[in-house]
Amino acid sequence: MTATLETVNMPGVSPRGPGASKAPVRRGLGRPLGYAAAVVIIVAMLAPVAFIIIGGFRSNSEITTDPAGFPTVWNIGNYIDVLTGGVFWRQVLNSTIAGALTTLGVVVMGLMASYVLARYNFRGRGALYATFAAGLMFPMTVAITPLYILIKNLGLMNSLGGIILPQIAFALPTTIIILVPFLRAIPDEIQEAAFIDGCSRLGFFWRMVVPLAMPGVITVGILAFIASWNSYLLPLFILNNQDMFTLPLGVQAFSSQYSVDTARVLAFTSLSMIPALLFFAFFERRIVGGLTGAVKG
Amino acid sequence: MLQTPVGSSNETNTPEGVATSGALRGAGPSAPPRSPVGLRGRAWGARLEIAVLVGPALIVFLGFVIFPIVMAAYYGFFSWQGFGVPTDFVGFRNYLTILQDPTFHDALRHNAIIVVLSLVLQGPIAILLALLLNQKLRGQSIIRVLIFVPYVISEVVVGTGWSLMLQTNGAVNGMLENLGLGAYTQDWLSNPDIAIWTLMTIITWKYIGFAVILFLAGLQGIPEELSEAAAIDGASYWQIQRLIVLPLLAPTLRIWAFLSIIGALQLFDLVYIIWGQYVSSTAGTSTMATYLVTNGRNSGNFGYGNAVAVVLFLISLVVALIYQRYVLRRDTAGAITGKAGR
Repeated sequence: MTATLETVNMPGVSPRGPGASKAPVRRGLGRPLGYAAAVVIIVAMLAPVAFIIIGGFRSNSEITTDPAGFPTVWNIGNYIDVLTGGVFWRQVLNSTIAGALTTLGVVVMGLMASYVLARYNFRGRGALYATFAAGLMFPMTVAITPLYILIKNLGLMNSLGGIILPQIAFALPTTIIILVPFLRAIPDEIQEAAFIDGCSRLGFFWRMVVPLAMPGVITVGILAFIASWNSYLLPLFILNNQDMFTLPLGVQAFSSQYSVDTARVLAFTSLSMIPALLFFAFFERRIVGGLTGAVKG
Repeated sequence: MLQTPVGSSNETNTPEGVATSGALRGAGPSAPPRSPVGLRGRAWGARLEIAVLVGPALIVFLGFVIFPIVMAAYYGFFSWQGFGVPTDFVGFRNYLTILQDPTFHDALRHNAIIVVLSLVLQGPIAILLALLLNQKLRGQSIIRVLIFVPYVISEVVVGTGWSLMLQTNGAVNGMLENLGLGAYTQDWLSNPDIAIWTLMTIITWKYIGFAVILFLAGLQGIPEELSEAAAIDGASYWQIQRLIVLPLLAPTLRIWAFLSIIGALQLFDLVYIIWGQYVSSTAGTSTMATYLVTNGRNSGNFGYGNAVAVVLFLISLVVALIYQRYVLRRDTAGAITGKAGR
């Protein structure tokens, strides 16, 4: 069971048939061209990122005289300044809290709702599923002004709760759409066996469904966390107080505040990339699997 | 072994197709009854369980997604500065203003250009890259991670980094001069003839990884036996790709194109961060979403901003419906939408 879900989840790494390579076939464009293309891609993808990171080690006068060069002296002062100032860490904390609570809310609510949609039979289930699924057609851009007014009326302006609740709401459609098939795939026999053994429906949910749905849960959780970590439009409307800024707002505020101090802006920007990059490197297979699973497969 | 990803991936992607069509046609899937609650004679208990389990998600979803969107349609009929209850009912005047505003026409035109160029630029490049990477290369998994890096970095970081690089005295022009190509230096961001191409370059860089990953996953779902059989029959590499692989990849391409179109219509972050709220219209990169924020909240006209949101939504919806009707129909009819959702 779990093995099947694993395969679904990581189409990119699904093993090829062992016999495939034996066939006398001209494979692809030939390796050299493949490697050449790979090098070009890597350079193109990483050059801008490298510019940001390396730029943080340079001095402003160097950047002015030769904007595309390497540092003559690797100067870690900019990074130290950012890391020892409180601003960066406060924003990391805000982003972490917002991301963690958004993820928690999405996973808990999404899993409960998906369980009902997947395994209960009741009138209006189709309509309920369609309601959630319709959320895919409603981007946050369209709802942003009324959301801002709603949050203001709820007294949640300048609080992380004001971005967490809408983020949960807008992540629910994708979550439910990914999780429902996972929960449907749990064989009826397991459920029947559990019921015969005296397990209640809710007991079955906690003891069997939650563990079996883990691969799907991790995927939707990561998607929700990264979306929250990078989210810009909603915090832009809701968070006006510098103390509550999340990292994206912080990067923007920092780059306009120190617009003459390019090296320092670059240092701040590269440090703000690190958490997302680490998170991504750690969970890469899951993220890729989740995206491809959700969209194509 | 080869079949497993195909079958199971179809299973996984099924709900997406159903979801979109369900959302668009207003008809939800009705799966065969799995576990008839009523038979267990605990109808009320089951109803309570359903309410407790679905309740939180439904309340949050209705409260923070559906309600604001309904309110957007309502506010759009008022001239309203965002304080108190809107009272100044203006009927369709906001909508008339939008439709007659040349600035909005520009934004709409830019959106159309971005939609088309996203498809035309990203599609072929991503297909080529996916074909190349679909070979057995050493370090393939590392390449896959790296190609995805720009997609994971936040729009703000991408925007800040690129705008610093693209300034007139930035790294791009600096590199051109170092290479002796000083004649080609440009004002990449504010020259209206170039800015839209600059934007497209950044968009391509940021989002191509997503397309490549999707296509790679699609390619790996195509059984190798087909290509092998064609090769034995004497087909060349390009014939195989054009006549066998691409047609089989078509469902993936169509879904990607759908996501790309909707994303391009609602583009906001990158433009707003790089060009700011004022320069984007003179540089020729403003979009409907930046127009919404600039003329809505930033100028205090909340009623007007909501009317723009409604127009943006209706345009996206019409495009989505047309696409669904004429392009995705084949997929939702069977290939992509399997049995699970029906």
